[in-house]
Amino acid sequence: MPRLSYRRALTRALADEMTRDPDVFLLGEDIRVAASNVTAGLLKRFGPDRVLDTPLSEQAFTSFATGAALLGTRPVIEFQIPSLLFLVFEQIVNHAHKFPLMTGGQCAVPVTYLVPGSGSRTGWAGQHSDHPYSLFAHVGVTTVVPATPADAYGLLVSAVRCDDPVVVFAPAGAMEVRADVDLAALVPVPLGRGRVHRAGDDVTVVAVGHLVHDALAVAEDIADQVSVEVFDPRTLYPFDWDGLWESVSRTGRLVVVDDSNRACGIGAEVIAGVVERVRLVAPPRRVTRPDGAVLPFAPALDRAVQPGREQLRAAIQNVMKDG
Amino acid sequence: MTDPEEVRLYRTVRLIRRFEERAIGLVRSGHIVGGIHPYLGQEGIAAGVCAALRADDVVAGTHRGHGHVLAKGADPARMLAELCGRENGLNRGRGGSMHAADFGVGVLGANAIVGASGAIMTGAVWAARRRGGDVVGVSFFGDGAVNEGMLLEAFNLAALWRVPVLFVCENNGYATTMPVDGAVAGTITGRAEAFGMPASVVDGQDPEAVRAVTAAAVARMRAGGGPELIEARTYRFDAHHTFEHAVRLDYRPPDEVARGRSRDPVEIAGARLSDADRAAVDAEVETTLDAAVEFALAGPEPDPADALAYLYASGLTARGGG
Repeated sequence: MPRLSYRRALTRALADEMTRDPDVFLLGEDIRVAASNVTAGLLKRFGPDRVLDTPLSEQAFTSFATGAALLGTRPVIEFQIPSLLFLVFEQIVNHAHKFPLMTGGQCAVPVTYLVPGSGSRTGWAGQHSDHPYSLFAHVGVTTVVPATPADAYGLLVSAVRCDDPVVVFAPAGAMEVRADVDLAALVPVPLGRGRVHRAGDDVTVVAVGHLVHDALAVAEDIADQVSVEVFDPRTLYPFDWDGLWESVSRTGRLVVVDDSNRACGIGAEVIAGVVERVRLVAPPRRVTRPDGAVLPFAPALDRAVQPGREQLRAAIQNVMKDG
Repeated sequence: MTDPEEVRLYRTVRLIRRFEERAIGLVRSGHIVGGIHPYLGQEGIAAGVCAALRADDVVAGTHRGHGHVLAKGADPARMLAELCGRENGLNRGRGGSMHAADFGVGVLGANAIVGASGAIMTGAVWAARRRGGDVVGVSFFGDGAVNEGMLLEAFNLAALWRVPVLFVCENNGYATTMPVDGAVAGTITGRAEAFGMPASVVDGQDPEAVRAVTAAAVARMRAGGGPELIEARTYRFDAHHTFEHAVRLDYRPPDEVARGRSRDPVEIAGARLSDADRAAVDAEVETTLDAAVEFALAGPEPDPADALAYLYASGLTARGGG
């Protein structure tokens, strides 16, 4: 079976959707030469009318995509740097997201915002290392954070086909993941449906994006002590509450590992959404970036503010101790 | 015999004028909540620009946007119902004054964020042109928007990719209360020229002058030309927003207001009609607006159970808040 990298899964999803639907086109910075190596080969295959290199005008080209979507196209914007989403937050939230309701259903804004290399890239410091997915879940924009190559493919395909704006975060920590994949079996992954990567009986660990791989490693590590179920929501908004409630109802314990800042991060929402509904046997725990985290440059400092395996292991052991 | 084009222009400015006056009455009577940004005094711009457009051309406007929506051909009754927040409004009562849209006649929406429509319109026209044809688009904005970076980025993008968008700056002298002289370094047309865009200044109080300059620009754009800018000099006759009717703000000298109001687009356009033609248009507009008020006030209030209807085009439903 061929090995598919996460990055090539994204490329493949874009190429497949561009082949299937002539209204799909790409725009972004340096995408013709594929600076992020996601759009490699697409210029040659689809031509300059469907692979648009933009000037460094993030706000304008984000709203350009909104306008293009209003008149029937399906733009996909690549953002090289996750913090550019702060710059275009207004354009996405105040325009793309609000248009269908504000117009009383007269229009749709099917734009995909793809962020390859979100979160820490190690050594890229304060302004290039954010992971702002919780912000988009908060405002109600569909938000996906795939962990594996097959999910990266399937979720990006579904994002492009969705009639609403969708932000796709491809964590830097997952971009180099490779997996044995039957290419013919690659399929769209429905938005809003989670996935249990590893079944377990004692505790449910909700892991977001690249942290799924850390959670699986920790679960394996302590398998002789604790039976850990690893739940990957895949889509943060809309969230697969039914899937998570089912898991937690069996295990009775919950730990969330989330690369957001702690206050108002998706980890907080996951815990709230569970405890409103399910009686746990121990207080839930979360492992996140600290409050207000700005990633410092030096590698040891960068790592120190990201959720790590040791913290996750401690959190699991603590919920086991607590009840 | 009056030129039919002059009758049409007069009808549009008169319709907008009387629509706004009736809307202000409905603000006072409490039927329109949240107030409005009256377009009074600026009617000649929307009327003149839209008279030079085709039905399949597209426009996007501003928070002071009633004139653009009406001039492009939206039904005044459904527009008024929208301002009253009724289910039979253009946006089913979900948008209100600042977001009125009618995609059926090419109005991609008033937009309450200053300077936002330029980039949206550039993308919309680019997408329309991709399918062939010679559609053009108009982005209306005020003098305040020329200091918004997003709009200047849109100028660059449209010029770079030669997207036929007509950028229409309605320079009414004030960004809310900030005079142009206190806010704009250089000139408005100079901004367009810096991006290689043709730019002209027109008397916004004269709808025929606006129509003529727009028609020339549109003809160039249909023939393959890129974007252009028109700065239409105008004067806002009334408040920035109707809240000023209750809270008087002192920022425009009375003699300036009197001077500004002395050049009234309704009178300028009306003087080109025979008395009989003008009276006939006036009567027809009143009949239309009588019916519009009746339609709006008889419209059903939206059901609170549907407060978040249309939030997602994909059919996704949001969790409730309780």
